[in-house]
Amino acid sequence: MSILVFVEVNEGEARSSSLEAVSYAVELGKQMDKPVSAFVLGNHLSGDKLAAIGNYGVSKVIHAQDDRLNDGVIQAYAQTVSQIFDKESADILVLAKSSMGDAVAARVAARAKAALASNVTELPDLSAGFKVKRGVYTGKAFQITELNADKKILALRKGAYTAPPGAGTAEVEAFSPSLEDADFGAKITKTDKITGEVLLPEADLVVSGGRGLKGPENWGMVEELAKELGAATGCSKPVSDLGWRPHHEHVGQTGVKVSPQLYIAAGISGAIQHLAGVSSSKCIVVINKDPEAPFFKAADYGIVGDAFDVLPKLTEALKASK
Amino acid sequence: MKILVCITHVPDTTSKITFTDNETQLNKDGLQFVIGPYDDYALSRAVELKEQLGGTVTALNVGLVETEPTIRKALAIGADDAIRINVEPTDAFFVAEQIAAVAKEENYDLILMGRESSDFNGGQVHGMVGEMLGIPSLSPIGHLDMEGTVAKMAREIEGGKEYLEATLPLVLGCQEPIAEWKIPNMRGIMSARKKPLKVVEPQGEAQKTKGITYEMPPVKAECKMIEADNAAELIGFLKNEAKIL
Repeated sequence: MSILVFVEVNEGEARSSSLEAVSYAVELGKQMDKPVSAFVLGNHLSGDKLAAIGNYGVSKVIHAQDDRLNDGVIQAYAQTVSQIFDKESADILVLAKSSMGDAVAARVAARAKAALASNVTELPDLSAGFKVKRGVYTGKAFQITELNADKKILALRKGAYTAPPGAGTAEVEAFSPSLEDADFGAKITKTDKITGEVLLPEADLVVSGGRGLKGPENWGMVEELAKELGAATGCSKPVSDLGWRPHHEHVGQTGVKVSPQLYIAAGISGAIQHLAGVSSSKCIVVINKDPEAPFFKAADYGIVGDAFDVLPKLTEALKASK
Repeated sequence: MKILVCITHVPDTTSKITFTDNETQLNKDGLQFVIGPYDDYALSRAVELKEQLGGTVTALNVGLVETEPTIRKALAIGADDAIRINVEPTDAFFVAEQIAAVAKEENYDLILMGRESSDFNGGQVHGMVGEMLGIPSLSPIGHLDMEGTVAKMAREIEGGKEYLEATLPLVLGCQEPIAEWKIPNMRGIMSARKKPLKVVEPQGEAQKTKGITYEMPPVKAECKMIEADNAAELIGFLKNEAKIL
């Protein structure tokens, strides 16, 4: 029995959230005395980069090198992962929560009759059975959940476990999945995606703007601070509802849930639905004109002031400190 | 079009969540329960598609009798009939099995639900139902239009959108802006009382996950306030005190 971990690729690089999952799986493997292998689907990662996943502690990387997997077709991905799961006689699958990870986890769990826990926030407690801590009620609480099936799947929230990379190389093993036309029933006709920017769900630093910024034309100061920090940009629900910013930047209960090291909110009052999406941030900075804004109660640092005045000051101070 | 919409019965998103019985049970005192916010989008789109193309919308909930007011609300919004599977929904696999068992008999063209429930946030049930039925499952879907038997959709991915086409049948996890939430009108509320609500007993395997206890997030220390004129000081605090930058 072994542990498998799914590594997703973005713009020719292994995703940072997936590399966290590799570190998690390797640590779990040590605790359970099980071998750990990573796997990559499609041909977006060069041979060197496949082997370099070994820096995170796995000795084997399985590469499903079918060109049809270059597009992320969910059913084909789930089919391939199920085949790798069977071939490796694995009993645990670890992956990072994402638009692909969630979909693969669910379909593979249904097929393998596996116990699946999502939003897992730390390593399991193995002292009696197999218990994980997972986020529930959209960041408002945690549940300790027991997994009772022989096969288990863990979908990790960002920050569940991190370890610095070492200097290892993994052996890359090619795998040819057996895929049928039916696995490609849903056809991707077009993809619109930002490039060269930090993806919001896996960002360590996030700068978000709310209605207090008064209009989309004022987002330059959010973007400048984000650029100086190397942060992703986010926004509140009203801002995405008004069409000032795209929906994939909406942070909150019905949008993206983030768990960065630093979350800076400018001109966001802090409705409970917004707080639900940011509550697992390590440090929260709130900038708001209204000293009574509820967001200050959830903040580590607060600045009562106009975002138009404060944001540029922060950008300048950051430049000066380098 | 024969559409199944699966709805959850969850605390209103503005609720303060607390637990009782040694932190093992949700404290339901004073909580208002609603149709899951994502499920509400799925239901609204289903009713719109029925109005455009004809057909039926069936609302399904896995839950105990306490969920019936929530199911009646779905009927008031425009579902034609409803099914309640009489068991507490605590494990995604078990819930998916219940939905798949109904779907196998009824041959729905579309099975819609929210991208995730707002209580357990797993986002797993749609994918599991798709696999159990051997049909595509896609989530989170923010746009859905029909052209004959082909669904044209947009799915949100990290940093953007993916546009997809697939032939029915399909299982979709939905989110805004797939439709505007519908508010039930008086006629809908009156007619909902008479619409059929069938109660079915659960079947299938034992639950694979079990909730043991709940924990609340750690309480934050008090917020440190910085004068707007001295905003630049924040950078120092983030470097030297919080040790983030």
